[in-house]
Amino acid sequence: MQAKKRYLLVSVGACSLLLAYLCGLQIGEFHSQNRAALYGLSQVPSFPPRWPEWVDPPLQTYLGEAEQEEDGPLLLHQHTSPRERREIQKNIYKSRRCRMDTCFDFQRCERGFKIYVYPPQKGEVPSESYQKILAAIEESRFYTTDPNEACLFVLSIDTLDRDQLSAQYVHNVRARIQSLPLWYEGRNHLIFNLYSGTWPDYTEELGFDIGQAMLAKASTDMDNFRPHFDISIPLFSKDHPQKGGDKGFLNLNNVPPLRKYLLVFKGKRYLTGIGSETRNALYHIHNGDDIILLTTCKHGKDWEKHKDARCDRDNEEYTKFDYQELLHNSSFCLVPRGRRLGSFRFLEALQAACIPVLLSNGWELPFSEVIDWSKAAIIGDERLLLQVPSITRSVGSDRILALRQQTQFLWDAYFSSVTKIVLTTLEIVHDRIRTHMSRSRQMWNSLPGGLYALPEFSSDLSLFPFYYSTLGKSPPQEFTAIIQALTPLQSQQQPIFKLIHAVAKSKFCVQILVLWNCEKPPPPRNKWPSITTPFSIIEGKRKTMSGRFYPHQAIKTDAVLSLDEDSVLSTNEVDFAFIVWQSFPDRIVGYPARSHYWDSGKGRWGYTSKWTNEYSMVLTGAAFYHRYYHHLYTHYLPMSLLSMVDQLANCEDILINFLISAVTKLPPIKVTQKKQYKETMMQQGSKASRWADPDHFAQRQSCMNSFTSWFGFMPLLHSQLRLDPVLFKDQVSILRKKYRDIERL
Amino acid sequence: MCASGKYGSRGPALIPRMKTKHRIYYITLFSVVLLGLIATGMFQFWPHSIESSAEWSLDRRSVHDAPLVRISVNSPIPGRGDLSCRMHTCFDVYRCGYNPKNKIKVYIYPLQRFVDEVGVPISSTGLSREYNDLLSAISDSDFYTDDVSRACLFVPSIDVLNQNSLRIRETAQALAMLPRWDKGMNHLLFNMLPGGPPDYNTALDVPRDRALLAGGGFSTWTYRQGYDVSIPVYSPLSAEVDLPERQPGPRRYFILSSQTAIHREYRVELERLKDENGEALLLLDKCSNLSQGLTSVRKRCYKGQVYDYPQILQESSFCVVLRGARLGQATLSDVLQAGCVPVIMADSYILPFSEVLDWKRASVVIPEEKLPEMYTILKSIPHRQVEEMQRQARWFWEAYFSSMKAIGMTTLQIINDRIYPYAAHTYEEWNNPPVVKWSSVNSPLFLPLIPPRSPGFTAVVLTYDRIESLFRVITEISKVPSLAKLLVVWNNQNKSPPEESLWPKVAVPLKVVRTKENKLSNRFFPFDEIETEAVLAIDDDIIMLTSDELQFGYEVWREFPDRLVGYPGRLHLWDHEMGKWKYESEWTNEVSMVLTGAAFYHKYFNYLYTYKMPGDIKNWVDAHMNCEDIAMNFLVANITGKAPIKVTPRKKFKCPECTAIDGLSLDQTHMVERSECINKFASVFGTMPLKVVEHRADPVLYKDDFPEKLKSFPNIGSL
Repeated sequence: MQAKKRYLLVSVGACSLLLAYLCGLQIGEFHSQNRAALYGLSQVPSFPPRWPEWVDPPLQTYLGEAEQEEDGPLLLHQHTSPRERREIQKNIYKSRRCRMDTCFDFQRCERGFKIYVYPPQKGEVPSESYQKILAAIEESRFYTTDPNEACLFVLSIDTLDRDQLSAQYVHNVRARIQSLPLWYEGRNHLIFNLYSGTWPDYTEELGFDIGQAMLAKASTDMDNFRPHFDISIPLFSKDHPQKGGDKGFLNLNNVPPLRKYLLVFKGKRYLTGIGSETRNALYHIHNGDDIILLTTCKHGKDWEKHKDARCDRDNEEYTKFDYQELLHNSSFCLVPRGRRLGSFRFLEALQAACIPVLLSNGWELPFSEVIDWSKAAIIGDERLLLQVPSITRSVGSDRILALRQQTQFLWDAYFSSVTKIVLTTLEIVHDRIRTHMSRSRQMWNSLPGGLYALPEFSSDLSLFPFYYSTLGKSPPQEFTAIIQALTPLQSQQQPIFKLIHAVAKSKFCVQILVLWNCEKPPPPRNKWPSITTPFSIIEGKRKTMSGRFYPHQAIKTDAVLSLDEDSVLSTNEVDFAFIVWQSFPDRIVGYPARSHYWDSGKGRWGYTSKWTNEYSMVLTGAAFYHRYYHHLYTHYLPMSLLSMVDQLANCEDILINFLISAVTKLPPIKVTQKKQYKETMMQQGSKASRWADPDHFAQRQSCMNSFTSWFGFMPLLHSQLRLDPVLFKDQVSILRKKYRDIERL
Repeated sequence: MCASGKYGSRGPALIPRMKTKHRIYYITLFSVVLLGLIATGMFQFWPHSIESSAEWSLDRRSVHDAPLVRISVNSPIPGRGDLSCRMHTCFDVYRCGYNPKNKIKVYIYPLQRFVDEVGVPISSTGLSREYNDLLSAISDSDFYTDDVSRACLFVPSIDVLNQNSLRIRETAQALAMLPRWDKGMNHLLFNMLPGGPPDYNTALDVPRDRALLAGGGFSTWTYRQGYDVSIPVYSPLSAEVDLPERQPGPRRYFILSSQTAIHREYRVELERLKDENGEALLLLDKCSNLSQGLTSVRKRCYKGQVYDYPQILQESSFCVVLRGARLGQATLSDVLQAGCVPVIMADSYILPFSEVLDWKRASVVIPEEKLPEMYTILKSIPHRQVEEMQRQARWFWEAYFSSMKAIGMTTLQIINDRIYPYAAHTYEEWNNPPVVKWSSVNSPLFLPLIPPRSPGFTAVVLTYDRIESLFRVITEISKVPSLAKLLVVWNNQNKSPPEESLWPKVAVPLKVVRTKENKLSNRFFPFDEIETEAVLAIDDDIIMLTSDELQFGYEVWREFPDRLVGYPGRLHLWDHEMGKWKYESEWTNEVSMVLTGAAFYHKYFNYLYTYKMPGDIKNWVDAHMNCEDIAMNFLVANITGKAPIKVTPRKKFKCPECTAIDGLSLDQTHMVERSECINKFASVFGTMPLKVVEHRADPVLYKDDFPEKLKSFPNIGSL
């Protein structure tokens, strides 16, 4: 009985297994048939779902043996030599097919990147915008008045507006350009343009032959754009500031980052002609709720003649919303093409931290050669307008946060003033001229931006103070001390001796340099303290104040400790400040702090050395900072400021604070200190000290104002905190503390 | 089949223990089942095998089986490529559609053998091994579709990798015969060797209408930026030779030239450089005395000395890649594989994948004219950077050059990025090698901002049932000028919060949120009620903090809005004996964490904590009712790469008499648990993100000899 049951069970089991298997096959077959039917494959057996493996005959490599020979020298030598080929190319690829290789004379730039601006045309006043462009060039470190040493030439003829219907249109450009003695078919010339072509087609026609000149043009069309030769610049209004420029609107990062509106636009609608299509279609995605796209037909003289059915309703809606309100409260801003490809909306959105959604097919984006726009904008396709809402909705919060911050960085780095736009244009050309010493994409697209990151310093990013964390590195644990010596050595009691001993004892100090800025010849090595740390004396070529920030070859470490000869510091203090600097390698970290304030009575900036609850400068009489700032100080700042500092023999420390705060957008860092530095010295009225000079203070005041005017804004920022050792002045045993000397008086 | 296989393997073990009768029965049954299976299988396959062969045996086929297509002489020829083509003019984006995956669909035409009227094939090689590899890689990828009607991009199976093996006119005619050709719209051709003697055009000479060209030797004049894709010239040696990656560093030679087909003019220049700089340069050429054949490709010679190629490339820091008749050179691939930094001298050449790859990080480009200056230029590059470039070069090869698959996938991804630009790979994704991706920190709050003071901060008080001390905390905090709102997170489900009238009267809005579960993570929940960016997390027993201390803490947060700015400082230490991390709450000279019992931070981190905490940390914290503060420190340090900031000397928070370790922290097991947390979190994060610092933030005039009443924050407690 039991056995029977078992047999039965097993048989049933086996049968059901068989059935299941059969069913499985059936279902599988059904599926494949179904699929085949669906895709219409069953009739065409040669459409495989996957690429087959071809086994017979064995496949040959594409690079046959013959290929090697073909490229071989024998065959090659029958043809033109490379030198001849280059010459031929230069003759073929001209005008519209210009490239740097064929239309640019690199030899002119061998003595440096200098720019010459033609003298102004008699009796002619260029437009406001063009005046700003020329002024920006003339104030830059590239400007030269000598055409013979120039690498690049800029016209004094205003070519910004080439719309024949415009009041700014300059006539006879063609003839006037041809008559320029240095024109050479436009070689090494840079031509600026904002508006080209005219109603109704708005082509890229300039109305004169630019020949081999480079074109820096707004609203550039990819079709006419000569890659790596022309430069696409942003369209800016005549009110765009010459220098400094307004800040971006973002002052804190909101989370969640979505704002009241998702997408906004407010602008003209063109009823006819080029560029009308996209704006005419905007109403399809306007929903009156979080997508606010407003257009008006009310512009131009005879708009009513062309007005369509929607005009009245559109015009009414248009007046209901305030543009600024929309800008401030929207996550995305639509930037559709206007008559031309670029529009003012672009820079407005960028400044407002409203992520631009670009709908302008064929637009070569501003500075596209160096700026990675995908990090700051959504690049759409005019043909896919209807997808814009779902695309913008699909952007995640983290991405919005990142895009928004990037708009602010780009705005501030390259667009907020005419000077920045012009300098960016020039630096792009500069980078092309010395390709092996040019900025990398990271330098252009991350803080502090390409204008502050000079590639001459190094092509190695890890040598800059800005990129440690993105490279996954930290600053090396060593520094160089530079002591500026102004007074001759007389006695062993001089503060400089103590100072050298104290600094040399720091385990992070790998090098001490004395910058001998004294008229007398430097004393021999044996007159100096005997220390084991490498010690050397360098003599500036010009014994000037700016010399202290000269990028001396002798400085080998990233960190620099800058010292005055009369600074009083203990080893503890030096060590602690250096440890702090490692956390803030892009800032000045030091002891004596000063502050600036707005003197509303006098309408200018004031300087104070009083003890206050906040500070904005840390003096370089005792401060750590990155070596790169020596380079930036010497090569970025204009001669006018540097010579001012030299003449006054004052203010160099203020200037470097201005510079570093302009770069980092952050205040310096003050660390604690045993004694109040310098104040004591001043009271003693040490004869040698320049601090005793009564004019000294007034000079510093006026320095501040000169610096502010060159920068175009006040870069200094206040801080209310001081960094102390963790157990500073705590009521715990002194033995527990690492930095004991700082507390001892 | 699988089921029966299992039976078979079990059978022998069972059978010996059974009676013979049973055994016979089982064997019979088993055979019947097996036979049944075989029979059904035969039935399934046999009768249909001819029509369904494509479905079932597609794997291996003969090229001869591909259908033969005869091209008539008058068959239409496509127009020449349009130089003005751009994605928005020549590419039909509607075919790609909007899809949530943001992935284009690619269709591959089935293989056909095209011949002219007299039966001569249009190509001397037919389908090459490389093109076959490329097509099968595409067909194995996510891009592939076998549905021609859903495709956005079409890839012909006509192999045009090497123009020399093609009959131009007939190839063009064959292209035009493709069923979906439609003026080449959305068609992608792959070509590595364009042009032919004597002029060597830099783009494929086959007329192709609007088809996109993935080409291996574009010059700036033939490359349609944003439309074509510049691809490498694949080196078959990549598959043949296995060169293990070498550590970056100085090499035996400084510059090496290995190309055999260098123009005489350039060879003279190189020899002059060698004369000037001696041993630093190695100029190799073809071996004249070796017997021809496969080996000659793998050998190079200098003055009779024979070197193995490409192995010798690993012995040099820089390797010269000069243009030949064509701009694109397969040598580039070999050089990258060897981790040698290519020195590219090919004017007007569009470097492979230059649309996305930053060649500045992996190569040196020098104008041909500057060849004599090569040595000086290369010498000016810092060593550290050369090493970076060596690493980068090797990585470019691995990711983008090493196989036809890599080349094909990169090309498709580039096109995909253009069609869905808002979902495109970033510069970092394309260019950072894994080691950099892993170690680099890109803070989500990267913009240097000092937020305005005016919005103030929201204090979030986590409480369970300590009403009295809670009210004291509320009263204290309410004196802080910048307080904007008080949020009490009521974590006790068994007890209701006190009536409204009992709460202390405060000037700012006070809101109580009741939680569903008593979880520690509730304190970091991004409540909608938090309307300011600054959050002060505070425990309900922190009664010692003064209004000045709190206001100062807020000011410090404004200067460091991307950091944790808090009062109780803690440290993690490496315990050498135990070989693991240890938690330290003694008053030390260092700080690596600030506890969220009293800390300011950006609201953003609430989102991160709640939604982006890696691994199971969040649940772990809730289950253990401990370490939420340590987890927050890990999270912030990991994403920003920055240390927290301890503010003011304050070390006692609950009562003046309290020791350093108070309340919960007294418990020894608690301390052990906190050490465990650190070890646990470090293993989840895969690294120790915490950063140790030796500073704390005090008001500028703290303890300075200065009238107290003139100080902004006079009331800073000493301990």
